[in-house]
Amino acid sequence: MTVEDEIEIMGQRLNDKIRNIFGRSLHIREVDAGSCNACEVEVNALSNPIYDIERFGLHIVASPRHADMLLVTGPVTRNMELALLKTYNATPSPKLVAAMGSCACNGGIFGDTYASCGGVDKIIPVDVYIPGCPPRPQAVIFGLMVALDKLEQKIRKKEV
Amino acid sequence: MNSIESIKKEFNTNVLEVSTSHNETYLTVKKELIVKMCDYIYHHLNLPIVCIFATDERKIDGSFKIHYVFSEVKDDAFIILRISIDEENPKYPSITNKIASANWYEREIQDMFGLVPQGHPDPRRLMNFEDWPAGVHPLRKDFDIKTKPPRVDGEYIYRRVEGEGVYEIPVGPVHAGVIEPGHFRFSVAGEPIINLEIRHFYTHKGVEKLFENISIDKAVFLAERISGDNSVAHAVTFCQAMEKIAGLNIPPRANHIRTILLELERIYNHIADIAGIATDVAFSFGAAHANKLKEDVLQLNERVTGSRLLRGMNTIGGVRRDIGGRKDEILLSLSIIQRDFRKLMEHLSSTPSLMDRIETTGRIYNDIAKGLHVVGPVGRASGIDRDMRRGHPYAAYKEFNFKVIVSKAGDVHARTIVRADEVCESVGLIEQALWSLPEGDLRVKVDKIPDGHALGICEAPRGETIYWIRTSGNKIERCKVRDPSFCNWLSIEYAVLDNIVPDFPIINKSLSLSYSGNDM
Repeated sequence: MTVEDEIEIMGQRLNDKIRNIFGRSLHIREVDAGSCNACEVEVNALSNPIYDIERFGLHIVASPRHADMLLVTGPVTRNMELALLKTYNATPSPKLVAAMGSCACNGGIFGDTYASCGGVDKIIPVDVYIPGCPPRPQAVIFGLMVALDKLEQKIRKKEV
Repeated sequence: MNSIESIKKEFNTNVLEVSTSHNETYLTVKKELIVKMCDYIYHHLNLPIVCIFATDERKIDGSFKIHYVFSEVKDDAFIILRISIDEENPKYPSITNKIASANWYEREIQDMFGLVPQGHPDPRRLMNFEDWPAGVHPLRKDFDIKTKPPRVDGEYIYRRVEGEGVYEIPVGPVHAGVIEPGHFRFSVAGEPIINLEIRHFYTHKGVEKLFENISIDKAVFLAERISGDNSVAHAVTFCQAMEKIAGLNIPPRANHIRTILLELERIYNHIADIAGIATDVAFSFGAAHANKLKEDVLQLNERVTGSRLLRGMNTIGGVRRDIGGRKDEILLSLSIIQRDFRKLMEHLSSTPSLMDRIETTGRIYNDIAKGLHVVGPVGRASGIDRDMRRGHPYAAYKEFNFKVIVSKAGDVHARTIVRADEVCESVGLIEQALWSLPEGDLRVKVDKIPDGHALGICEAPRGETIYWIRTSGNKIERCKVRDPSFCNWLSIEYAVLDNIVPDFPIINKSLSLSYSGNDM
């Protein structure tokens, strides 16, 4: 199966979920909390003509105030801790947080040091973890679907 | 007379000690004389300073050392001046007033080692933010990496520009696009920018300290994660320094494969930069095409190496996997990519709305570029004829023919053209490397790295990348990493002057700067 076919199948499933839960589209704000920029390469790839996630109702927005979800990369450096917290607080509820990449999941190779907090969940609550260094675009799309399932469960349980 | 002899003649008794290892000559000198000597080598012998770094050698002789690395391309040699600084009197004369490119290095050493450059024109903090307590310096040997110093009160003071109609625009650290974090403070009067101050190091992850705390076999993976889109260049530079220390000659086949990987990396980075420029002038058609081509290279990377960013291929002593079996596939894919890329470039250069935005925009004049030691394609677009693949040849570059592309205009257009031509040169290099791929082993086995120190250097897509490593007891004692962005960032403060704010993103993209590689 080619990459294009893979994306077509995953994208349609993603699109159905988004329509089901959000009505039309899911807005994501990407926050780099100290990544090495490999994750940014892959997030940017999501918008290229091969993946083109906008056609599945996924939109990367310019401000956390427009976002339903934060996609956070990097181990959260000491110098980015406050900026991440402010971004989280600026995002309207109900909101989702996805930790993208090994560093965001648990600090990765950078670990927990004087300069690194050792993972996004040390600073803000995380709904879904997308491992990989960096995760392939397919893995990111899969992770977003898991996040949407989680939100649906939360809605059913009336937690949000 | 070569440079070393000139220095000895000029400063005879003031050179306390001379030692040579590989192509590196270390001259120990008195710290009082450092300004004069650096000035002589820089202005008289015309050698650029490529790195300044400190080491904590208090365990050995009770002092800190600062190293000033000059590169002599003519003989593929390095001249390194070394001064010694006592713990009781941690001060040394600053050379920034004579050599502008020393600016950030001296501030970095001040934050990381607590050694104060006296007479520095801008002694503010650089890597440790103002909430970092005074007197705590992470790269000192008695600082434990797990320490979490408390946050203290403090405020970074920006240069203020005042006058009628002048106002400030603060941008970042969290940006509108999918890019890395950093702060930009513009002072503008109407649309034109009259001052820009950058405030970085938000992504400082303590990489140099980490190197000292992990095992050598893990260290290659850390090097790959210093600047993600330059993974191969960092890994190769790291491995070269280690191989120099261990005195290893790596197999020719591995050298050819490294060359191929380095050039694949350059191709996708350069295409990505051109895509970014098209995006930032809102030329979506061109951007979509360029992004598609970049994706084609990333998918080729994955088919050939298993990693879209070519990670996990390099190791000390050679490469981990063979790519020779994929020769035909690489050649075919690249020929299609090159054909489409040429078409795209023809299309871009015949689009007036794009050319209008990039010609004469974001000029970096040759004297500014030289003074700040701007490296890589950005430097070459400002008339600096310098390329490490030719100047300090490594991997298999000596065996191949390629042109070093230089332009004089120094604007966004020149940088775009330099990159576009370099993509074609890179395709040529890969073809040569594949056609002449020698048979043989992929790596030599390395059990233990002996004690020693060495420099590694490499031309990454962004420019020259330098590692200086000292090993002791099969562990890394000190690893200085100098990413090309560390040299190039300051040039943006000059490039944007008199340009309008909406052109800032294009200028930024055309300089292609890594935040993570800079901040580490």
